[in-house]
Amino acid sequence: MLDVARLVEPDRVHRSVYTDPAIFDREIAEIFEKNWTYVGHDSQIRNPGDYWAVQVGRQPMILVRHQDGTPRVLYNRCPHRGNMLVGNLRGNTGKVFSCSYHMWQFHTDGKLESLPIPRGYEGTRLAPESGACDIKRAARVASYRGFIFCSLSPEGPGLEEWLGPAKVAFDDMCDRAPEGEVEIVANCFRVIQQSNWKIFLENQLDAQHPSVTHESTGRAALEVQRELERERGSYPLDYHFLSAFATTSIPKWDQFQTINYPNGHCILTGYMGLRPRDPDTLAYEAAMTRAYGEKRMEEILGVNNHHVLIYPGLSVQPPLQQLRAVRPLAVDKTLTEIWHFRLKGAPEAIYRRALGYYNLVNSPSTLVNADDLENFWKCHQGLSSDGGEWVSFHRHAGNDDEADGIVTSRFGTSEAPMRNQFRAWKDMMGAGR
Amino acid sequence: MSTRDEVEAFLFRQAELLDGKSWQGFIDLFTPDGVYWMPASPEQTTWDGVPSIFAEDRNLMTVRMKRLTHPHAWSQAPMWGTSHLVGNVVVESDEGDEIVARSRFHMMEFRRDASRHFAGSYRHHLRRTPEGLRLKLQRVDMVNGQGPYEYVLQAWV
Repeated sequence: MLDVARLVEPDRVHRSVYTDPAIFDREIAEIFEKNWTYVGHDSQIRNPGDYWAVQVGRQPMILVRHQDGTPRVLYNRCPHRGNMLVGNLRGNTGKVFSCSYHMWQFHTDGKLESLPIPRGYEGTRLAPESGACDIKRAARVASYRGFIFCSLSPEGPGLEEWLGPAKVAFDDMCDRAPEGEVEIVANCFRVIQQSNWKIFLENQLDAQHPSVTHESTGRAALEVQRELERERGSYPLDYHFLSAFATTSIPKWDQFQTINYPNGHCILTGYMGLRPRDPDTLAYEAAMTRAYGEKRMEEILGVNNHHVLIYPGLSVQPPLQQLRAVRPLAVDKTLTEIWHFRLKGAPEAIYRRALGYYNLVNSPSTLVNADDLENFWKCHQGLSSDGGEWVSFHRHAGNDDEADGIVTSRFGTSEAPMRNQFRAWKDMMGAGR
Repeated sequence: MSTRDEVEAFLFRQAELLDGKSWQGFIDLFTPDGVYWMPASPEQTTWDGVPSIFAEDRNLMTVRMKRLTHPHAWSQAPMWGTSHLVGNVVVESDEGDEIVARSRFHMMEFRRDASRHFAGSYRHHLRRTPEGLRLKLQRVDMVNGQGPYEYVLQAWV
């Protein structure tokens, strides 16, 4: 039995939590295959039979719209001989899943529909009608404002209880739509990081790194932005997404805040100031006022979150409608699945902002994450060495404010989010039990 | 010189500029309103308003170039290089000053002890100008463009 309790101290962790394959195996079992995992959005599976293949922990799963209209999550495995039922990332299976090996067929809720030759099981230990020939289902499926999650464990808190205040990720995103909901753009960019999954999560709320890691992009964008401003008097908001790295100095990052919730979830408050006074924004605000009234519109647009991290596998940027799902592949290999959304009822120009961010920051040609991924790889390599045993999360330790289990950092560059993530990690890994 | 010869010379020159990391030279092959586009999926018909792997006008290309050449572009520190092969050139149309040509490419990239391969089709929408052929739109469809990326694409393909 691994003694994980000894690897995590309140202000530092042992490097093996990133590099030990045995710890990774346990994380998959205890964290990824027990907690709630985001599997997709309602608008991704509009019609009965629409499906997407998705990995939950190490389990290949299928998210499918059942004939009755509800989303279901099934193991992608035929109960007969183990063949995967779908081999594509996405599609429409019609009314049934048909196994390509022996044509066992299943309803989209997993129930056996038919065997090609029903006779042959009399007197055997297998009773096809008993449920023994159904596709295994995820233990629990739940959704919140159209975002669908599953848990492979029948036990544990319900989705909303588990999300707690971090459900603001979805409220903040959906409320920004005049119609109160978002629609997924059916394109998933997949980028693999050559590093442990936790390195990415830590980076998402690390306000110390952007001015350093992204200096080159910030500077480059700022130069072109200034040139455009001189020539035309204005520049597209896209440039601001990038130049903010150059215009936000390291000390300025301290003015932002991180809010750290139970279960490892955290928020980094916003820094980009995404309410310019241009005609597009004003038209959008008018649509929001028509939908919600002025007071509520101000409340909604006043929410100022940059990243909401839903531990252990989801990074959401509500004001720009971006979502990254984390799928750990190995101790040193992490897949991110990257999506963006359209605010229903908002003008096209507002969608273009989300799209601009998606293309420039989150696509495989990212002008930003190229340097993050370089750091992640270097981090993982360094942590694999004997050059040191501990990873420091001491910054502003003891200087955070804590009330009701919620830790609020007084400084944006506090390493409170990392300490908070490991508090949850330790608990989920069984060290607290 | 036939149109095909003219187009081939352009394509070979463009590949050479990429492999030589002559970023400004690459950008200068585009018209002032030229766009470099790598669609997110093969069904897309326009770069405007849809997710793209690249959708860059000359200004955004300049941001990319300035990033690549900045001394603190950390991911540029490891040695990396590419080799492009371009072939199967077909001139689809040649009317007035406008030429449309398609071709296939294969690019091998070497970065920090690892090789990656990208291959697919180019579609060049070219214009005859006093300076020679210039690109209004380059469409790049990679056959492996929709798969998971081991690391990212730092420069144009």
